[in-house]
This record gives sequence, structure tokens and C-alpha cells, in this order.
Amino acid sequence: MIALSDYLTFSAILFGLGVAGIFMNRKNVITLLMCLELILLSVSTNFIAFSHYLHDLEGQLFVFFILTVAAAEAAIGLAILVVLFRKKGTINVDKMDMLKG
Amino acid sequence: MLSSKLSCVYPEIWLFCLSCLALMTDLYLKRWAKWTTYFVSQAALVGVMFFAFGLIGKKPSVLFYNAFIMDDIAALLKFMIAGIGFFVCMYSRKFVFESPHYRGEYFVLCLFSILGMLVLVSARSFLSLYLGIELFALPLYALITMLKDDSIGPEAAMKYFIMGALASGLMLYGISLVYGITGSFAMPEIATILFQNPALHANPALLFGVVFIVAGFAFKFGAVPFHMWLPDVYEGSSIAVTLFLGTLPKLAAFGFAIRLFSDTFLALAGYWQGLLMVMAVLSLLIGNVAAIAQTNLKRMLGYSTIAHMGFLFLGLLAAPQQGYVAALNYIIVYTLMALGVFGILTALSRSEYEIQNIHDLKGLGVRYPWIAFLLMMLLFSLAGIPPFAGFYAKLFVLDVLMKAGHMGLAIPAVLLTVVGVFYYLRVVRVMFFEVSDAQPVHAYRIISKPGVALLSLNSLAILMLGIFPTPLFNVCSGVFAWR
Repeated sequence: MIALSDYLTFSAILFGLGVAGIFMNRKNVITLLMCLELILLSVSTNFIAFSHYLHDLEGQLFVFFILTVAAAEAAIGLAILVVLFRKKGTINVDKMDMLKG
Repeated sequence: MLSSKLSCVYPEIWLFCLSCLALMTDLYLKRWAKWTTYFVSQAALVGVMFFAFGLIGKKPSVLFYNAFIMDDIAALLKFMIAGIGFFVCMYSRKFVFESPHYRGEYFVLCLFSILGMLVLVSARSFLSLYLGIELFALPLYALITMLKDDSIGPEAAMKYFIMGALASGLMLYGISLVYGITGSFAMPEIATILFQNPALHANPALLFGVVFIVAGFAFKFGAVPFHMWLPDVYEGSSIAVTLFLGTLPKLAAFGFAIRLFSDTFLALAGYWQGLLMVMAVLSLLIGNVAAIAQTNLKRMLGYSTIAHMGFLFLGLLAAPQQGYVAALNYIIVYTLMALGVFGILTALSRSEYEIQNIHDLKGLGVRYPWIAFLLMMLLFSLAGIPPFAGFYAKLFVLDVLMKAGHMGLAIPAVLLTVVGVFYYLRVVRVMFFEVSDAQPVHAYRIISKPGVALLSLNSLAILMLGIFPTPLFNVCSGVFAWR
């Protein structure tokens, strides 16, 4: 029997990996997009685990919406990436330094 | 019964249908595409204003299985969002039409983003909150890359996209934890559960969840320490897009905050007030101090936005009732001021020559004394100088803050506002007292008579609201009366 806490630990690790990946990644933007997907998947795991243990279907319903929105988000992210590559000729994170934030 | 309930969603239905129509006209009507898209968008926004106005003062009603609420706050915010959106489209029309990179999608994306804001401000469950926030943010990512030929636009869009997606990830993680503890997505249900079980208030998972949700909120709306993207995005996007970004999302932010802090986590007030306190003071500090160092006007206004978000937070954390009223008053006045400032900058810009830096305004006082005067009034109001609305909005916030016993917050807020006066006045000095030598006088676009009239109306509204602040304040407190 897998306990709820196992799922939660697993998703917390995934979430941590995703966030760490966004802040530590210095190489390219595609990795950032992958990290974002990782975060959303960890959240989905959380929702499904809670939904199962609470005997409440709403959590699983939420996951469908997350998946749909994640797809839309990835589409826009990749579109911006294409524009960025066309204008700059690189998708290196280090080269995105024209704006000092 | 059904029809009366359904009438609560008329603003959204109308806006959605007309947005799709605008998309179609832009695609198929070749010759008149520009004007039809523009007029359909304006009709959409006027319709939303009309429907939302009709819903003000009605009894709150809930529909779609507890996912959507139509109350006075939602109606007023919808009315304001549509109204400001109407002005945004009007101000940016000329700039957008003349741009060689014009696409009709500019208006359509604006409309879809506004639709997301409408859903957001009447969210009754975390599901509709999340969907609203995504629908409002996704078109913005695309908008930022538009109307530009340089590589700064896509870079800013990419930064905004990564930050925005990370913010929604954080928020979702928080929502999942809150769901796990309370077993519900519906805001009133969560609120009741929290009120009935004080034992939950010390639950670490729940508190983590609240922190994550608040962090996601701060990220989306650019409060320190999650503000890094905001000046970049203001600078990187075309002025017409900055006009949109600088005004409407602030109203949506307020709606979000009310749904979150008042409708859901009121029982945990002692907890999130601490978070808001830290974010408010840091926002005021970093926003005002960093703005001094900027030479780029759009960046400076970006930092000033951060400082103003700090003031919004101060209003929110001061006591439930009066604090919300002051915050709503503040955000409405702020949006009107930002609309005027960005509107004037958009009116003066052409796509070949955009107003970017403060010294681009050199000699404006000689070239266009009236426009410079209007801009001066708006900047004075942003700085919080007495006869203008910005002063009274700040005064109301500070008043409720002190009545709630947060004297220690009011003092730094006032001091930092005084710091803020410096950089607004610097712009005024450049406008009036620095003569343009290198910069060609013909750089500014000639503003048409109706354009001048609109901008005057906008700026004089700020003056009028400053001289007679009570009507707006009464509207704001009337909206919260039933709570």
C-alpha cells in the first residue's frame, strides 16, 4: 500500500527539481520550458493523490484543466521561443541580457 | 429564474462572442479589416460596460456550481475594466494602425485578456480563479512580442512567460495543499472550514499552501520580492502594450486579492497580514528607490507601479471593511492616472520614434504646452501632491492604516512617498525647463483634436476626483456595504 505521504514526497521532489531547474539553468530556454512542465506535473500528482485519498473527484477534474492550460501555455512559450530565435539567433539564457532585471 | 441568473454572465458571454467575431472580421475582411476589428472591439467593451452597469446594486448570485459569483464588487470591477479597456483601445488605435507591424490580433488579444480578467474578478472557486488568471495572462505573453521589430520584445516576453508560468505553478501547488487539507475548491466552503476548525490554523501544510498562493499572487502582479520581470516587461514591450499592461491588470489584481484574502482566507488574517506587511514595505522601498536611478521613462514607471502596489497591499492589510474600501478607491484612482500617463506617451509616440527615455520629453512644454500641463497634473497626482486624486487616495489608505493601529507602517509609507516625489518631479523639470537641442522637434506626433480632448478629459477627471473625492469613495464603500 502506497501511503499519501509517499505521493506527496514524490511530488514535492518533482516540484523542487522544477523550481531549482528554472533558477539554476544557464544553458537554454527549452530546459526552462521542461522545468515548467515538471512543476505542473508535480502539482497534478498532488491533486490526484489528494483526490484519491479524500474520495473526491473534484481534484481529478482540476487536473484536466491543468493539462489543457499547460498545453496552451507550452504552445505560447514555444511560439515566443521561435520569435526569439529568429530575432536573436540564439536561445541561450546567458545571452538574454539586453534588459537588466 | 434561469434567465435572471444567466443575465449575470451576460458580460462574459457578450465579450466572448464579440472577441470571436473580431478575430473573424480581421481574418476575412481584407480592406476594412482594421476599422471593423477596432469597432467590433469597442462595441464588445461598451456592451460589457452596459451589462455590468446593470448588475451593480443587485443581490449577489452564485452560479455554475459555486464557481462563479456576481456581486457588487465584481460588477463594479467589470465595469471599470471594460471602461478602462475602452480607453486603452482608443488611445492606442492611432499608434497601432500606423505601426508597420500592425496585426489585428492586437485588439483580439486585448479582448481575450479582458475576458480572463472578468472571469477572475468573479471567481468563486479556485478552479475559476486559475482559469481566469491563465486566460488573462496567456494573451499578454503574445501581446508583448507584437508591434516590435527588435529583439527586446521577445526577450521581455520570454522573461514574463517564464515568471508567469512559474507563478501559476507556485499558486497551483499552494491550491493543491489547501485542497488536500480542506477537501474543497470552493472559496466559501474553505472559509467556513477554516472558521470552524481553529486547530487547522497551525497546520504547516495549510500555511505552506497559503504562502505559495500569496507568492503566486505577488509574482503575477509584481510585488517585491517577485518584481524582477515588471520593469523589463514595461521597457521591452511596445508603448501601446505597456498602456494595456500598466492599467488593467491592476484592477484584476484587486479582484484577485479580495477573492483570496477576504472570501477565502479571512480566518487566517493574522497570518497573511504578516506576509502582506513585508511585501508592502519592501515594494514601497524598492519601487521608490530604484525608480530614482532610472533614465528610461517606461522602466521608471514600472518601478513606480511596484511602489503603488505596495500601497494597495497596505490598504488590504488594514482591517477588513474600511481597508478594502480604501484599497479599491486607491486602485481605481491609480488606474486612471496610469491610463492618462501611458495614454499621453502613446499619443506622442510613433512606431519609428517611441518615447523611451526621460530626456525624450525635453522641450515638450514648449512644443505642446497643454499636453505637458496634463502630463504634469498626472505626475503630481501619482506623486501624491494635494489637489489631485492621488493625494486623497493615499490619504484614505493611510487613514485606515492608522485606525487599524499600524502606525509603524504608515510612517515609512509616507517617508517613501516623499522619496517618490523626486523622480516624478524630475520628469516635470525635463519637460518644462530643459531645452531640446539635439532632439528634433518634429519627433513628436501631432495629436489630433479628439485625442487631445480625450486626454484632457482623463487628466481633468483626476483633478475633479481630487477636488471632490467623496463620490468615488461612496461608490467604493457602497460596493462593500452588504458584507
